[in-house]
Amino acid sequence: MRSSLTTKLLITLLGWGIACLMFFPIFWMVLTSFKTEGAAIATPPQLFFTPTLESYVEVQSRADYLSFAFNSVAVSVGGTVLALLFAIPAAYAMAFHPSTRTRGTLLWMLSTKMLPPVGVLVPIYLLFRSAGLLDTRIGLILIYGLMNLPIVVWMLFTFFKEMPNDILEAGRMDGARAWGEVWYLLLPLTLPGVASTGLLSLILCWNEAFWSLNLTSSAAAPLTTFIASFSSPEGLFFAKLSAASTVAVAPILVFGWLSQRQLVRGLTFGAVK
Amino acid sequence: MIVPLVMTLWFSFQYYNLLNPEAAGFAGLDNYRFLVTDPDFWASLANTLILLGSVLLITVVFGTLLAVLYDQPFPGRNIARLLVIAPFFVMPTVSALVWKNLMMHPIYGVLGYLARSVGLEAVDWFAEYPMVSVIIILSWEWLPFALLILLTAVQSLDHEQREAARMDGAGPIAQFFHITLPHLSRAISVVVMIETIFLLTVFAEIFVTTAGGPGNATTNLAFLIYARALIQFDVGGASAGGVIAILLANIVAFFLVRTIARRLEV
Repeated sequence: MRSSLTTKLLITLLGWGIACLMFFPIFWMVLTSFKTEGAAIATPPQLFFTPTLESYVEVQSRADYLSFAFNSVAVSVGGTVLALLFAIPAAYAMAFHPSTRTRGTLLWMLSTKMLPPVGVLVPIYLLFRSAGLLDTRIGLILIYGLMNLPIVVWMLFTFFKEMPNDILEAGRMDGARAWGEVWYLLLPLTLPGVASTGLLSLILCWNEAFWSLNLTSSAAAPLTTFIASFSSPEGLFFAKLSAASTVAVAPILVFGWLSQRQLVRGLTFGAVK
Repeated sequence: MIVPLVMTLWFSFQYYNLLNPEAAGFAGLDNYRFLVTDPDFWASLANTLILLGSVLLITVVFGTLLAVLYDQPFPGRNIARLLVIAPFFVMPTVSALVWKNLMMHPIYGVLGYLARSVGLEAVDWFAEYPMVSVIIILSWEWLPFALLILLTAVQSLDHEQREAARMDGAGPIAQFFHITLPHLSRAISVVVMIETIFLLTVFAEIFVTTAGGPGNATTNLAFLIYARALIQFDVGGASAGGVIAILLANIVAFFLVRTIARRLEV
């Protein structure tokens, strides 16, 4: 009895200790955002201080947070919807009408994700300039949709693959067309998988920094650009930097926490039940 | 997807420097020859692989251990779990900035303060151990991801099976190696696959913290191409680097597939 109690205490301590350690940088960032600039760089670092909203006010007066946040939401949702729109038919075709090259095609698509985006930056930039897509939300949505397409297709493929072909077969017997098959049978039955695929894509879009920094300047700039504008010229204004970071991270963090159960189901590709 | 790829391939055979428009035209393999004779290129290739290997190792090993830990019941476990997975949702730019300025800064950072308070010299992380610093930041970002996946797998473990093993006299360590670990192999494959995709193209963390330096200590392939294209404006050279990056990606993908994807029933 005694030993099991000690074990339990040890596990509790270890569990909470590691949790606090991992969360500490985020905690410290939030804490610093409520300090004055002077208190933020005080040595030794202060744990107790009079909180102030000074930095938040300053950040808001320099850049309109809401417009950046709106862009982030718009391009993340847009990019995700676009990717799903293309990925669902592609994954359907690969899962239910496979050819000998399906496996190779899938892997080739995934390997393009391993190419550093800079490798295609110049061509994309030139294409966007001729098409007038620079600094537009549509342009960013296009890029984000394409960027996540390989992963989205692959995840959907593994979900669709789990569906017994018989059900679709039965639908076809009853006269369902390909579209009807997808819309009335496949999607409702694989909805949890499709949802978690979408969630992951949303998170990846929200945190994407490379394309947004290079292809937008103001009108369509999402929160990653907002952060960059507070980091480069004045790296030493810790409190303002922390305030900007906090407001940029908070929405996706809350969203991630709320959806983590759903998310993980997709990430494991149904492979882990 | 194909158009930019073909354009990259095309540019990689051209002399194309935005600073020197006169030297244009077909270059044959010059861009590639220039690249492979450049010591920076080989260093960046090595850095890319070191980064990939170390972060994978750290996150998989600690991810597995933590998954077993957070599978045990203890008070407040759900909240503790939420705290541990939080770093995965933080933007790479923000986590790099927070680590650089609030944690690892030699004067104002928390780590520097801790070192001084126990009487040690504060470490200037990015100057003295640049690669280690980048690996720490990346591991902090990806450990929660590995944990999230592996935890789900551990939870799905058949408890009767473990109970039976315990009855047969298997200690906790034997149970871990003979029951838990084999059960996790598929989940580990998923973690390795997805992390590889993102770790091969790490950019924001390096750009924000060390800018590839000091020297070329933390320049990976992604950053090298960036530097070629947007600092030296050598589009041809950068494109050649891009093509090599694609080749590398395909080689890695090939090995991944042979060893891992088979388990994923692709």
